[in-house]
Amino acid sequence: MNIVNVDYDGLIPNNVGLNADTRVKAALEKWHPGYVNWWHDMGPEGFQQSLVYLRTAVSVDPKGWAKFDYVKMPDYKWGILLAPEVEDRRIPFGAHRGEKAWQEVPGEYRAMLRRLIVIQGDTEPASVEQQRFLGKTAPSLYDLRNLFQVNVEEGRHLWAMVYLLQKYFGAEGREEAEELLQRRSGDADTPRMLGAFNEETPDWLSFFMFTFFTDRDGKMQLEALAQSGFDPLSRTTRFMLTEEAHHMFVGETGVGRVIERTCDEMKKAGITDPSDTEAVRRLGVIDLPTIQRKLNLHFSLTLDLFGNEISTNAANAFHAGIKGRFREDKLDDDHRLENGTYPVLRLVGGKIVKEETPALSALNMRLRDDYVAECAAGVGRWNKIIEKHGIAFELKLPHVAFHRQIGEFSKIKADLDGNVLLDAEWEKKKGAYLPSSADRAFIESLMKPEFRPGKFASWIAAPKTGIDNKPGDFEYVKIAE
Amino acid sequence: MTAPVKQHLIDPAVCIRCNTCEATCPVGAVSHDANNYVVDASKCKFCMDCVSPCPTGSINHFVQVATPYSLDEQLSWMELPPDDAATGAGAGVAANTPVEALDEDAAALLADAHQGSGGKVRRPPSASEPRINLFSRRNPAEATVSGNLRLTPEGASADIRHIILDFGSTPFPVLEGQSIGIVIPGKDANGRPHALRLFSVASPRDGERPNTNNLALTVKRVAEMRPDGTELHGVASNYVCDLKQGDKVKVVGPFGSTFLMPDEPEADIIMICTGTGSAPFRGFTERRRRSMPNAKGKLHLFFGARSPQELPYFGPLQKVPKTLLDQELVFSRLPDKPKEYVQDRMRTRAADLGALLKRGTTHIYVCGLRGMEAGVEASFGEICKAEGLDWPQLRAAMREGGRYHVETY
Repeated sequence: MNIVNVDYDGLIPNNVGLNADTRVKAALEKWHPGYVNWWHDMGPEGFQQSLVYLRTAVSVDPKGWAKFDYVKMPDYKWGILLAPEVEDRRIPFGAHRGEKAWQEVPGEYRAMLRRLIVIQGDTEPASVEQQRFLGKTAPSLYDLRNLFQVNVEEGRHLWAMVYLLQKYFGAEGREEAEELLQRRSGDADTPRMLGAFNEETPDWLSFFMFTFFTDRDGKMQLEALAQSGFDPLSRTTRFMLTEEAHHMFVGETGVGRVIERTCDEMKKAGITDPSDTEAVRRLGVIDLPTIQRKLNLHFSLTLDLFGNEISTNAANAFHAGIKGRFREDKLDDDHRLENGTYPVLRLVGGKIVKEETPALSALNMRLRDDYVAECAAGVGRWNKIIEKHGIAFELKLPHVAFHRQIGEFSKIKADLDGNVLLDAEWEKKKGAYLPSSADRAFIESLMKPEFRPGKFASWIAAPKTGIDNKPGDFEYVKIAE
Repeated sequence: MTAPVKQHLIDPAVCIRCNTCEATCPVGAVSHDANNYVVDASKCKFCMDCVSPCPTGSINHFVQVATPYSLDEQLSWMELPPDDAATGAGAGVAANTPVEALDEDAAALLADAHQGSGGKVRRPPSASEPRINLFSRRNPAEATVSGNLRLTPEGASADIRHIILDFGSTPFPVLEGQSIGIVIPGKDANGRPHALRLFSVASPRDGERPNTNNLALTVKRVAEMRPDGTELHGVASNYVCDLKQGDKVKVVGPFGSTFLMPDEPEADIIMICTGTGSAPFRGFTERRRRSMPNAKGKLHLFFGARSPQELPYFGPLQKVPKTLLDQELVFSRLPDKPKEYVQDRMRTRAADLGALLKRGTTHIYVCGLRGMEAGVEASFGEICKAEGLDWPQLRAAMREGGRYHVETY
C-alpha cells in the first residue's frame, strides 16, 4: 500500500496497513464503540448533530493532506496516520545513538515507553472534556468551528496513542487504552493524570489561553517524542505536530483578537489609561490587566507540566533513546550528554539561584526553557498589537517560580518577578496577580453566544482571514436545532 | 538591471512560528530565528509542499522582485514590505509585485493576457487570498470529468462546451477569475510535450453546487479554416471538448493572482466580455448570488456574441434576477439587424456607465478576444469625455487601486 494514501474502506481510516494486521484491527474495532460512547458522553455538548466545516486529514502527503467539508462530529473520520517512514533512520541521541531506529519496542524500555505514551494519550481526551461546554457561549461561528476542529483532532491524537498501545503493548496496552476512556477531567475519583488537565475551561479567554500555553506544552512534548528512537512513536508524533499547529494558531490569534478588540474600543472611547478597568469594562471588552492575570494563571499552571527541575525519569528516557530534546536534530553536540552541564534555576536555602547541573538530569528544564522562549515570542507579538494602538501597556510572562504546585518552587511563594514572598504578603498581593472571582464573573457576563454568520461578540475582533480561504460571512457551523 | 525573479515570503504579521513549514520543506529552504520564519530564495524550488499544512495562510506569499530579499532582511521584518517597496540592492530595481504563476509558461500566458490593462495590475484589496501553483506539470492533480455539455446547438457555427472537473478528495482551491492548465497527453510535431493552455474557471470557489469539490470550464472548440484552405485544429481545445464523462485529466495550477473579484458588498462590477470570455463572469455572478445576494453594489454585464445561439449560458442568464445582474446581451450577426458590438452598447448606456465610473467602488473587468480591446477603450474614452473625466488618468488610478482588469487572448 502507498504510505501517503489513506485507506478509507474500513471502519478506521489508516495508512498503517490495518487490513493486513487482523489482531490489531480487531482490538481497535473492539475499542471503537467505547470511544464513540465517550465522544457522545464527554464531547462537545449540544452540537453533535450540527454540520461543522472541518478539516480531515486524508493523506500525510503535504500537498493535499487535509480536506475541508461539512461533517457531523460523531461521523468525523478519526484515523491512524503516521508520517512516512524515513529510510534507514538512526536513533538520534542517547546511549544507542547511531543504531538503527527500533521498529519494535525494545524489551528493556517497555515500561518506560508505555508510561510516556499513556501520559501523552491521557491529555488528549482530557482537553476535549475540559472544553465540552464552551460551544454554548461561542463568540462566533468561526470560533465555534475552530473549537470543534481542536476537539476532533485531540480525539484523533487519542487514537494515535491508542494505536501504539494496542499494536505494541499486548494485553497491558489494551487495558491502558480502556482506562484512557474511563478517566475524567476534574473527577474526584478518577481524574486525568496531569494537574492542568483537571482544571476547568470556564470561558473563551481561558480556552484561548489554554490553547496558547497548555497545548504548547503538548507541542513541546510531541517535538521531544518525534525524536524518539522508537520509530512508530516518532512517525505518529511527527504527523500530530502538523495538526497541533492549528491549535497554536487558535490560541495565539484568539488572545490576539481579544487584545485587538479591547484596544480598538479603548481608542474609540478615548481611554488612554489601561488600569481604568471600570471604564474599559463598560465598553463590553476585557481590560488588559485582567488579560495579564489570566496569562499569569495559565502560564504557571502549564509550567507544572514540565515536571521536576532535576529528573532522573527524563534522564533515563533520553539515555535510552526514547525521548529527545526539542529539535534534537538541529542541536550541535554529542547528543549523549554524559558530561556537559546545563544551568537550572533552583531553590537553595530559600533563595532562587541559577546552578550548573548535569545536563542529563536537567532535560525537563531545557525543554521548559525552549517552551518559555516560544511563549515570550508570542507575548511579544501580542504586545505589538497594543503598541500599534498607542496604549501604554505591556503583557509579561511571570517568573517561572511564580504560583507553582510542582517542583522546587512549590515550596515557596514568589511574585511575578521571582521575589520570594512571605505567606502574608502573598495573601495580600495575589489578587493583583491571579484572576479574582470578580474577574471571572465579569468575563462570564460577556460570554453570550453569537451564532449569526459573519458576526462576532463584543469582546473579540474578527480574524484577519477565514479558514480555508472562506469569506467573512461563511457559515462555518450549521447549527442543528 | 537584472530580470525580476519570483520569491517566496512568509508574512510575519500572520505567522505563528509553529515550525510546520520548516519541518515540511523537503529542501531545507525554511529557517528561523527568535523573531521570524524565513525562506531562502536560493534554495526554494516552489514545490508548494509547505502551503497546505500551514495553519495560518501566512506562508502563501509569492512576489516578483529585482533582487531577492536576503535572509537577514526577512529576519528583521515585523510585517511584509508594502507591494511597492524598492528591493534594496542596486539601482533601478523593479517593484515587488504579486506573482500570478510559478510555472514559467503559465506566467508568460497570463502576462500576455493582462497586458491590455496598460500597466502593472493589482488585485482588489478586498479580494480573497489566492492560492497558486499548488500542482505543477511534474506533479499535477488528477480530476475526473463529471460533465461535458454542449452549450451551442448542433447547427451553430461554434461548438462551445461546459466541462465539469471533479477533484474527488484532492483539495484544489480556486477563486473566481483564476485559471487552470490541463496537461494534454501526447507530443507535438517536434516530439515535445504540448504547450500549456490555460482555461478560466467558470464556477465559484465552492464548486458548481455549494461545497462540491469541482470546477467548471467554458471551452470553445478551435476549428477554423485558414486562408490557405487548411483547418486550424486546436489541440488543447479539441482534447478538452472531446472529453467523456469519467475520463481522467491532469490539471495544473491554479494560476492568477490579480484578476479576482472584490469581496465587498459596496463594489459595483462592470464585466465586459465576448464568447468564452464570459467564463470568469459566470463565476463572479454565482459567487455574488451565493455570498451576498442583497449587496448594495451591482453586477453590470456587457456580453457579446454573434447570435443568441452562440452566446454561452444564454438560457441560464435569463433567470438571473435583475437586482443582482444588469445584463446587456449584444449580437453582431442577427438577421435584419445592423451589427452591434459590446462597445456600441456601452455607448448606449453611457449615462449609467458614466455614473459608475465616478464611484470609487466600481471595478472593471474585460475578458475575451483581444480584438475587443480597442473598441472598449474608445467607448470608455468617449463616455469619460462626456462626463469631464480623463480616461487614461482614471484607468491608471483604477488599475493602481486594483479596480481595472483586462484578460484577453
